Amino acid sequence: MATEKIDAAIDVRDLTVAYGEKPVLWDIDLEVPSGVLMAVVGPNGAGKTTFLKSILGLVRTAAGSVLINGRPYADMRQRVAYVPQRGSVDWDFPTNVLDVVMMGLYGQVGWVRRPGRAERDRALMALDQVGMESFAERQISQLSGGQQQRVFLARALVQDADIYFMDEPFQGVDATTERAIIDLLRALRERGKTVVVVHHDLQTVPEYFDHVMLLNVRRIASGPVGDVFTEEHLRTTYGGRVSFVRAVAAAT
Amino acid sequence: MMEALFTDYTLRTVALGASLLGVVSGALGGFALLRRQALLGDAISHAALPGIALAFLVTGSKAPLVLVTGAALAGWIGAALIMSVTRRTRVTYDSALGIMLSVFFGFGLVLLTYIQRIPGANQAGLDNFLFGQAAALVEKDVLVILGLGSGALVLLAVFWKEFKVLSFDRAFGATIGLPMKRLDHLLTALFVIAIVIGLQTVGVVLMSAMIIAPGAAARQWTDRLGRMIVLSATFGAVSGLGGALVSSSAHHVPTGPAIVLIVSAIVVVSLLFAPNRGLVWRRIREWRHGRELRVDAVLLDLYALASQHTSSDHPHAERVLNVMSGVSASARPTLRLLELLGLARKIDASRWSLTPEGVERAQRVIERQYGS
Repeated sequence: MATEKIDAAIDVRDLTVAYGEKPVLWDIDLEVPSGVLMAVVGPNGAGKTTFLKSILGLVRTAAGSVLINGRPYADMRQRVAYVPQRGSVDWDFPTNVLDVVMMGLYGQVGWVRRPGRAERDRALMALDQVGMESFAERQISQLSGGQQQRVFLARALVQDADIYFMDEPFQGVDATTERAIIDLLRALRERGKTVVVVHHDLQTVPEYFDHVMLLNVRRIASGPVGDVFTEEHLRTTYGGRVSFVRAVAAAT
Repeated sequence: MMEALFTDYTLRTVALGASLLGVVSGALGGFALLRRQALLGDAISHAALPGIALAFLVTGSKAPLVLVTGAALAGWIGAALIMSVTRRTRVTYDSALGIMLSVFFGFGLVLLTYIQRIPGANQAGLDNFLFGQAAALVEKDVLVILGLGSGALVLLAVFWKEFKVLSFDRAFGATIGLPMKRLDHLLTALFVIAIVIGLQTVGVVLMSAMIIAPGAAARQWTDRLGRMIVLSATFGAVSGLGGALVSSSAHHVPTGPAIVLIVSAIVVVSLLFAPNRGLVWRRIREWRHGRELRVDAVLLDLYALASQHTSSDHPHAERVLNVMSGVSASARPTLRLLELLGLARKIDASRWSLTPEGVERAQRVIERQYGS
């Protein structure tokens, strides 16, 4: 049999995004192997969120291509799930937890049809996986930050995708939620899923993730944490904030 | 007046038209409110005025469908211009909105004045579009409201879940493969329809009240989207109907202002008295909660003092309790309350002690807060 190159789960080539004349992301190449937990780290304004959004076709790209399991993202949309920053929506919207989770299935339910019992059961199972099953009927404005985050995770889980993109899921959550997210990420990896997480806490990168991408407009480095999460790369990524980088390097 | 509703043909027409437009603007206005586009409705209704005038100038007809089409086109263009100016220039959304609203409205007024000066033109009635005149509604108008309005409502029901995602989390909706841009255009188009079918009755100046107020009131009463939209439509119908009836029975009362007064009353009542969200209930809850906290605090103070002595009913000076409670106010009102609840008793003019029930309750509070 002919040897066949195994496609990367995510293959980004020459991705460039500009707002006006200012490049936000410049010529990014990235291959993410299947079944890894990858952190995307970089200073504020490095383009981390924009990077996720451009992969998902949510912002206009000036150049570049994205392949998911070797095929264009547009064909693979159903295999990809997205967890936006929880601050990106209005949590006073009149709806409850179960309803938000079921939104993850709207793409599969089809036009005109309403989600029914099967969708409801799947949503409840997803809530169970994040420890929120008893909150199903809770109005979303009554959730704590950590609970909101777990509802967003459940909404992505219910899609039963192969690849997950999460934007700052650890931002401002309580210890219980942080623990729950970590367990969830590991469970996803066990099942062979690929997870890319925008992350802001450098200290926890080696503990939580096996792969890392250092980003600051350009891709500084990417690969297994042990190989690329070095003081030198961090210094390049974070520029002048050397003392900060040293502190992190010492801790890791 | 209620009898006349069944016997008077004109009044029945007016009532039907006004409540229909109230339902449609209430339902779509509710969505606009959740999407933070309430003010866009104001801009669209003002922008519609030159469309009405131009439609008349071009066709020479005052047929309702002609005028409504003109209004919808102009309103849509106004909305599109606001969006594109915001996206392409450094002008902010609210400035773009303000500019577009006044430019279109001013242009509309100029055209109306011009039309009035044309000799022989049958222009009477066009100025009703400013403040609205329900009494002028005839069957043809109601049929247009009914046709366009029910079409808009059917589409709202058909794309219900998609519109919900669009309003709550647009980016997420795009990632699950929903065509968010097209859905956005569709919902905005329905919004424009909801506005223009109300213009003749309510008027361009105050139409935004019919868009914003029913939804704002309905949001107070429920935390479910479906119920909120139904309630908003109901409030819209009630105020549309009420305003139209008032203005038809009293001559020369424009309908717009009459409707605004009714819908404002609904909003005020909702803001104050809706359960959970209403200001009155919230105040009462806060007050109760505060009282509970004060009771527990003084109770624990008494308990702490008692635990320094052998008997739990050892009396303690009120002055000490004042200091312990740490508030500038005296502990006396709270002590009185404790006495009323049977948790403490007054030993003499200035000393208090816990009752056995008080001791029990204090232990429960401690367990709840520090134990288990």
